[in-house]
Amino acid sequence: MRKAFDGFQAVAGVSLRVARGQIAAIIGPNGAGKTTFFNLITGHLKPDAGAVLLDGIDITALPPHEISRRGMGRSFQRVNIFPKLTVFENIQAAFISHRGRGLDFFRPVGQLYRAETDALLRSLGLADRRDEVSGFLSHGGQKQLELGLALASEPQLLLLDEPTAGMSATETRETMQLIERITRERGLTLLFTEHDMEVVFSIAEKIAVLHQGRLIADGAPSVVRADPEVRRVYLGEAR
Amino acid sequence: MTRVRVPWLFLATVAALFVPALGSRFYTFVATDVVIFALFAVSLNLLIGYTGLVSFGHAAYFGAGAYATGILMKKLAVPFVLAWPAAGVVAGLMALVAGFFCVRLTKIYFAMLTLAFAQIVWAICFKWNDVTGGEQGMPEIPYPELGWMSALPILGDWRASDHFYVLTVLLVAACLWLLRRLVGSPFGRILTTIRENPERAEFIGVNVRLYELIVFVIAGAFAGLAGGLFGIFNRGVFPDFAYWTKSSEVLIMAILGGIGHFWGPAVGALVLLVLNQQITSYTQYWPFILGSILIVLLFGFPGGIVGALAGAATRLRKARGA
Repeated sequence: MRKAFDGFQAVAGVSLRVARGQIAAIIGPNGAGKTTFFNLITGHLKPDAGAVLLDGIDITALPPHEISRRGMGRSFQRVNIFPKLTVFENIQAAFISHRGRGLDFFRPVGQLYRAETDALLRSLGLADRRDEVSGFLSHGGQKQLELGLALASEPQLLLLDEPTAGMSATETRETMQLIERITRERGLTLLFTEHDMEVVFSIAEKIAVLHQGRLIADGAPSVVRADPEVRRVYLGEAR
Repeated sequence: MTRVRVPWLFLATVAALFVPALGSRFYTFVATDVVIFALFAVSLNLLIGYTGLVSFGHAAYFGAGAYATGILMKKLAVPFVLAWPAAGVVAGLMALVAGFFCVRLTKIYFAMLTLAFAQIVWAICFKWNDVTGGEQGMPEIPYPELGWMSALPILGDWRASDHFYVLTVLLVAACLWLLRRLVGSPFGRILTTIRENPERAEFIGVNVRLYELIVFVIAGAFAGLAGGLFGIFNRGVFPDFAYWTKSSEVLIMAILGGIGHFWGPAVGALVLLVLNQQITSYTQYWPFILGSILIVLLFGFPGGIVGALAGAATRLRKARGA
């Protein structure tokens, strides 16, 4: 895929394949094009050239809500929730939408999908925050809730854009353990971007390295770690 | 810890039905005005308070409904039972056409386009002499046939305008009950996600434009129903029903009463119309006073009247609980 903004090649011809059930990470220095690439996959941006295939079906031209229905859940780099709704209402809304009950104009909404919502909140560790207004949660809590919004649409493919951005070291570790557990439990495919190398190498089975809009390496963690080009442009800078 | 649910709609309806018993033609007049505008303002709040869409042209649908009912009853002698629902249908269809374009835009551009459509509707009402009566409007819309009310006890002694008031109260109460169900439904919950964060709503699978269009049509239809009643109450339909000042009037009611609460705009209609009646009898500087009230409210009580009252009630409960 390619995407340029005002002539600047943010994504300059990147091709990536993620297998079903795989945990894959996209890494790269700031400005490498990670988020742009992500937004191309999730339909927020349309590529200048190239296509996105989900299960072999071309989803490039679809609007985000259609892509979401086809089994792709995503989170955003900056926290992106429904801040004035409670934690419960956030997740409940996602269930309502995903299960196609949004055009029910008359039934009281109160208890709808209560069991599913509470179960998901428990697995996220947010059960005791259930009735709090979500905008008042801690940053980490909001990130977890956002993960919940992605999960409530029962995706097969989960895309997380910097799921631990702005978290402390402890929060980061806990969040990644949570994500890994849920991914394994549900047999999901996971693609995430991350700047914390320790996190990436601890859970990813496949790592793609972007640099200045190009894919410079793509493979198992051990292969990527040994790649001289990667060491030069990225790991070298970080260490 | 279950909170007692106050049946506000039931209480308000019962209280409203007693107004003609006070025996004053003037009270019934003001009360009819308030009840109709309460429905108009609540319909607008579906867009503003629940979906986060600010419409500057909601009067277009109010006016369209008024003309629909008025033309059917006066020129074609269609009975009220058909002519009134027709107001909702006509206004809803017009909202469908305008909404189709409006929901493609966001924020201020959405607001400007709603205003543009409303001005078109106004211009049509103003110029299409053969159908709408043009600038002169269409006076002498007949009252619906309510002779049967005279056969009822108590009601029998009341005037025709009182009978129409009773009908208005019951119909508006039914509409408000429907709207209350609507905002408390799964559909209503999805609307609030659009208000809070349309981008995120898309990515829980919500077709944001479709939902916006549906709620735009519903809001337009109920505004039309309010307009249908207003034309009869006003004994005539005039182009200024669809003029932008009418849109701003209902917008002020919604904000004054509080857009964060279902009943806010209805309370706003009550307060604004009663104040208007009272203050204009003392001074001609009503707009000056209204402006001052709005400034105080926007800075001091951004949640409007109902927002401020609800906040006070919550603090009181907490203080008692502690």
